[in-house]
Amino acid sequence: MGTEPPTPEPETPVLRAVNLRKHFPIGGFRSKKVVHAVDDVNLELYRGRVVALVGESGSGKSTIARLLAQLMPATDGQILLNGEDATVKGRRAFRAYVRRVQMIFQDPFGSLNPIHTVRYMLTRAIRIHRGNLRGEALEDALSELLTRVQLTPPERYVDKFPHELSGGQRQRVAIARALAAEPEVLLADEPISMLDVSIRLGILNLLRDLRDRLQIAILYITHDIASARYFADRTMVMYAGRVVEAGDSESVTQDPKHPYTQLLVRSAPDPDDLDARARGARGEAPSLVRPPVGCRFNPRCPFANDLCRSEVPPLLPVGEGRTAACWGYANREDGPVLGSVLDAYGRRPQADAGLLQVIEVTGRSADRSASKEDER
Amino acid sequence: MSALAEPRAPRAAQPAKDPVLEIKNLSVDYGYDEPTHVLRQVSLTLNRGEVLGLAGESGCGKSTLAYAATRLLPPPGLITGGQVLFTGRDGAKQDILALNDKDLRASRWQDMAIVFQGAMNSLNPVHRIGRQIADAITAHVPSMGKKDALDKAADLLDLVGINPDRLRDFPHQLSGGMRQRVMIAMALALDPQVLIMDEPTTALDVVMQRQIVEQIADLRERLGFSVIFITHDVSLLIEIADRIAIMYAGEIVEEAAAQDVYRRPRHPYADGLLHSFPPLRGPRRELGGIAGSPPDMAKLPTGCPFRPRCAFAFDACSAIQPELAPSAVPGDDPTRRVACHLHTPDLVTAAGFEPRPLPERLTTP
Repeated sequence: MGTEPPTPEPETPVLRAVNLRKHFPIGGFRSKKVVHAVDDVNLELYRGRVVALVGESGSGKSTIARLLAQLMPATDGQILLNGEDATVKGRRAFRAYVRRVQMIFQDPFGSLNPIHTVRYMLTRAIRIHRGNLRGEALEDALSELLTRVQLTPPERYVDKFPHELSGGQRQRVAIARALAAEPEVLLADEPISMLDVSIRLGILNLLRDLRDRLQIAILYITHDIASARYFADRTMVMYAGRVVEAGDSESVTQDPKHPYTQLLVRSAPDPDDLDARARGARGEAPSLVRPPVGCRFNPRCPFANDLCRSEVPPLLPVGEGRTAACWGYANREDGPVLGSVLDAYGRRPQADAGLLQVIEVTGRSADRSASKEDER
Repeated sequence: MSALAEPRAPRAAQPAKDPVLEIKNLSVDYGYDEPTHVLRQVSLTLNRGEVLGLAGESGCGKSTLAYAATRLLPPPGLITGGQVLFTGRDGAKQDILALNDKDLRASRWQDMAIVFQGAMNSLNPVHRIGRQIADAITAHVPSMGKKDALDKAADLLDLVGINPDRLRDFPHQLSGGMRQRVMIAMALALDPQVLIMDEPTTALDVVMQRQIVEQIADLRERLGFSVIFITHDVSLLIEIADRIAIMYAGEIVEEAAAQDVYRRPRHPYADGLLHSFPPLRGPRRELGGIAGSPPDMAKLPTGCPFRPRCAFAFDACSAIQPELAPSAVPGDDPTRRVACHLHTPDLVTAAGFEPRPLPERLTTP
């Protein structure tokens, strides 16, 4: 990446989550059922660094962002801001908290109020977070914000309504609104997945620029592991509410350790490497109401054994600064033996030929009945 | 390179110019008083047994093209010209746009089936999936009894890898990937010759996306239908499509074999698009993306619609409209087409401008 900031070791993380857990009750009155959306997640965000949270839909990535933004209370665990407990109780504390931790949402079409101009939305954010600016000072603050997100010249954009802007421009306005609070942490929940391919990169480069210039800590949530490699310093992979692997982005994507990460990396389309795609993988994410006992990936894992089906694997060290939650790295005798997922997933068993005939016959009789109708 | 080309070679050789669907000069407008021209004279040929990828940004008209070709375009969309020729198994050609309602009804689903964008929401939530599939079958084969139709539905589910026990499930009891499979099973119920898939995997995560894509490839090999695969995910297309057509602002700007598009893009937009997503492996390259934003179809610039965002634009680009023509790079596949003035010096000279040489970036051998 070139612009890698030096790693100051004893630095305290700006935002830290300890054993974060969120269970959503379901099933109505007196039901004890819960969705285990997030379980035992530890996460640290440092100044001027980007952490990517990667996982499939329903793996709990967005729940973590909402918990960190304190938009909802955690079931268990602690959120520390600069080393101090930051669990907010009440409005005033929440305001003080969001001033330092801001969030950007996935859908810039939904997160901007269509009846207000860019000026109104940014002015409101500035007044709430920086006090009652007026006149010249307000104008300066507005144009500074718009310039910072590369909407230049600011005069051209400040009086526009959201519908007059393209998706990329809207997302920039949403980022500007978050920056109005001069936050220390930016939680970006899939900031580019609703945007067109050709403008995604612009938003990522903007976020990276903000990271470098303003030294903001960014949590980048995505399902696209390739963009995590491009943008993030550190990548954490989630599966079914748990972190299964963490490490620097380059090694996580190039040399994935956990079988799920391997499957994820091997499943992403990669035109340069068509042969090394995982074929014939089956199964889907488990129910989080009754998650599998032990490792939550065990029903899909080609290497799972009895240990995986009975005990939850802790995050084990698998290299410098890297961890993976897989018993295969535990040096236990009853642990599973890992291999390559490429070999492990065989071809899907072929359906028998009889089936094929069935549809052919259906197709042909459909032809016939259509022609019969014509005759009539 | 050779290792990559190998598994692809027999597939590319297979469709030997046997068109099953020919779209000729199709034009579509939105609105009646001041119409917006969302498709302008688009021509595209789908050969038998081939996967044709249609790529482009949102709003470039790729879904409109699919809906217009199947006459499913909802108002205010209006087909203003062109032909869609479908060649049946017996070799008879018919113009889909000229069919009367009864013939169109018979032809739909049976000749051409479509899997819609967000297919997971196109299942009726109050009916069991078995009944929904069976309904589609009995609508076309009235002679078939309910029980037989349900048996067929069970077989179809098996075909797409869902346990036939799920026949009596409601859509909400299935996961997203399974619902998508049900939609594919329904589309295949009458053995169509053309399957149009409009962003079939966009709502799914990569692992499920791969499973669905593999399934489609597998079924196509066995059932021999042709596929038009619409997506904005170019890297996925390169993997599964035989040929790719890239659309921009209601026009096709480049059409070539999948590997050619990826290795040797000839249109500046195609080149920009390919440098817009970060690679998962290999060296980290600095990515450019494309400056500016997609055009407003109601206010298109004169000449080439990509001109305002193009790094290689010159004076002729604002004056004359580019035409799809063979690439000007020597040694290129003669069937590939590209709509850029850099490739048509004759046209530029004829209009009184001085042609420009091709930039090195667009001539990768």
